[in-house]
Amino acid sequence: MSAESSPKIVIVDESPIRAAILEEGLREAGFTGVVHISEMQSLLAQIFALDPDVILIDLENPSRDVLEQMFQVSRAVRRPIAMFVDQSDAASIQASVEAGVSAYIVDGLKKERIKPILDLCISRFNAFAKLQDELDRTKSALEDRKVIDRAKGILMKVKGLNEDEAYVLLRSTAMREKKKISEIAQSIITASEMLK
Amino acid sequence: MSTPLRIGFIPLVDAAALIVAVDKGFAAAEGLDITLVREVSWSNVRDKLNIGLFDAAHLLAPVAIASSLGLGHIKVPIAAPFNLGLNGNAITVSPALHAAIMAEIEGEPLDPMATATALARVVAKRKKSGAEPLTFGMTFPFSTHNYQLRFWMAAGGVDPDEDVRLVVLPPPYMVDSLASGQVDAFCVGAPWNSVAVDLGVGHILHFVSDILVRAVEKVLAVRQNWSEKNPDVLAALVRAASRAAEFIEQPENRAEAAQLLSQPERIGVDAEVIQRTLDGRLKISPDGTMRQSGRYLLVGREGAARPDPVQAAWLYAQMVRWGQTAYSLEALKTAMGVFRPDLYDAALGRAGQAAEAPGAIGAFAGPPFNPDDIAGHLAAFAIRHRQA
Repeated sequence: MSAESSPKIVIVDESPIRAAILEEGLREAGFTGVVHISEMQSLLAQIFALDPDVILIDLENPSRDVLEQMFQVSRAVRRPIAMFVDQSDAASIQASVEAGVSAYIVDGLKKERIKPILDLCISRFNAFAKLQDELDRTKSALEDRKVIDRAKGILMKVKGLNEDEAYVLLRSTAMREKKKISEIAQSIITASEMLK
Repeated sequence: MSTPLRIGFIPLVDAAALIVAVDKGFAAAEGLDITLVREVSWSNVRDKLNIGLFDAAHLLAPVAIASSLGLGHIKVPIAAPFNLGLNGNAITVSPALHAAIMAEIEGEPLDPMATATALARVVAKRKKSGAEPLTFGMTFPFSTHNYQLRFWMAAGGVDPDEDVRLVVLPPPYMVDSLASGQVDAFCVGAPWNSVAVDLGVGHILHFVSDILVRAVEKVLAVRQNWSEKNPDVLAALVRAASRAAEFIEQPENRAEAAQLLSQPERIGVDAEVIQRTLDGRLKISPDGTMRQSGRYLLVGREGAARPDPVQAAWLYAQMVRWGQTAYSLEALKTAMGVFRPDLYDAALGRAGQAAEAPGAIGAFAGPPFNPDDIAGHLAAFAIRHRQA
């Protein structure tokens, strides 16, 4: 039985980068049967066709409700599915929801075989969130630089300062006003546009 | 000092009382500092409420009951001290299905028995010709939408588990799915029916108030143990929501309420569309036909906000009817105990208001609902889930 060797894992995630990070981690840990679904149309049909043992889905994905239908016994369902984190796993469910990932397991797969998969997903999701955070910070630092450069240019032109003097003026004003240099720079740009 | 609360919601018009309570300052006036968190799925709202990431939530009434019974997920007892909305859903069908039903109909198009019977004939013809079964979208297995669609079609002779497909779709995907032919019809709350009509891809066939006169839709839900530990905070929250509901129900305030709800971080849909649903004046056909109803969505009027355990019993009966759970008296009592008129009355300083809150479900088919004899009540319906 496949579930006894390496369980078939489906990752439902619209973010290709995060899915790749997750997939890589799972493969490194020896889970070879990993499939990524990024197309949400006819999600249930795709899942039925793949017939996985475990489904991992990102919590920002509205299609999570679609998966909930699989709990229901109805004509469209081949096998009932239950989220593995049950009453006794309150800490697991909290950690996974906080990380932004949810896991569903097809009945029959042993619970202890799932624990390492979920733990790995939680740590990868957290790693991805950190990466995203750093990327956002880098981006905003770059934005700040651009704004400061433009403000310096305006000061140099209007007040006849050189670049260093313009920067010193920005910095001392920011310190006096207890604001960020980029905020002062932005107000200079806004003001100069209004005065055009 | 004000009490910080995190409350989850899904962008739908029946989150109005919560959103207006926050954005119009009623919550702050009660000493509450509420952060509203917009969510993308009912599963998320349920899980975050259950594990304590949310203090309260805008929740499908059947999900509050399912959580308390441990159906479909872990068991967490929920208390619902305030109804955020009654009714408000509609059944929208594609232009092709609309034409097919109208070709078969005998009687008034607003009569749900006439449309359900016509649907049964459409379904039979499709079966004969070997066409794919019709597909209906709804929002969640434990949803009023699921039960309302099933109740309606079964009355006409259509078995929802055998003759058609019922699929769960997130509300924001409903309109696209109808346009692309993935579904032939759906049952969803405002504003999505109006959005489909405006785009010319759907006809509103029924307001759910045609099917059930009085159907609880969303509740304000909290964990039962949280309600016991924080009675004063809960009472303040109920008062803030109640004041917001009263504000929304004043016709002269509707434009302002719709404006608040339309903000991108709230519902994010055109204010004019939202106001139509608050006013119960909806465009039901792409040709511009309008329909007005005093029963489309009740946010607080006619005692709508006061929880009614009979409504909870009706929802529980639907879970039994469609095989989501087996009947037990204990479960029925638990379900009814989720709805808490006592907490509502305590918060608002009113003693019981039996006269103001009629318990009637008012279904268009079958015998009047009797919570004391659910087995007998369900036996009156020919189409229902049968134990294999």
